[in-house]
Amino acid sequence: MLHIINKSPFEKTSFQSCVKHAAAGSTFLLIEDGVYAGIANTEISEHLAKAKEIGKVVALTSDVESRGLQEKLDGDIEQVDYAGFVSLAAECDRVQSWL
Amino acid sequence: MSDNKKFLYVNRRAPYGTVYALESLEVVLIGAAFDQEVSLLFVDDGVFQIKKDQDTKNADMKNFSATYRALGDYDVTKLYVSKESLEARGLTQDDLFPLTYEDEDDDWAEKSSIIMVSADEIKDLMEDQDVILSF
Repeated sequence: MLHIINKSPFEKTSFQSCVKHAAAGSTFLLIEDGVYAGIANTEISEHLAKAKEIGKVVALTSDVESRGLQEKLDGDIEQVDYAGFVSLAAECDRVQSWL
Repeated sequence: MSDNKKFLYVNRRAPYGTVYALESLEVVLIGAAFDQEVSLLFVDDGVFQIKKDQDTKNADMKNFSATYRALGDYDVTKLYVSKESLEARGLTQDDLFPLTYEDEDDDWAEKSSIIMVSADEIKDLMEDQDVILSF
């Protein structure tokens, strides 16, 4: 399943709840303010670590760049553009948005 | 014109995902035109508003971060930033825009507008205000 998170983990617990409820092999896509969940060494790092154990964590490049986070993300996070976003949604059998 | 009042604008939301950050900044600029004593506080996700290196070229959104750099010209020279909010988010003062103003009482010397504060200092700062607008 592709899980899409669009809110900051410091403002809402959607990211944390998503990670808690995601089955092994899930892919996590961070978009909009959700990209803040990808920053290295924050107070929610344990949740990011758990997501990485479960599956791939991916971030939308234009949202990362808009927020000035290019140098601040965890090294294991892959980035995609909009075309990549579409490919991910097509590859995964289901998509769930955590607003 | 009534007495000069102390206005504090409290910014707690990240930029771009919602419109609060931009709206807050626009209200600050309008308020500054009325000659009150204006300061800003960046706390919680508000600290992300002044994160440097914002580049919206691929995002179809207006990059309004340059407007923070203009605040000094509007006599808004005190930008308080929560140390603890930065740390919780894996950031330091080096990750922020180096926001400055020119001090007319000191030969127009360029000085930092950013004032790092602890939670206890924020308590006192808030108690000291006449008007608080929170976004």
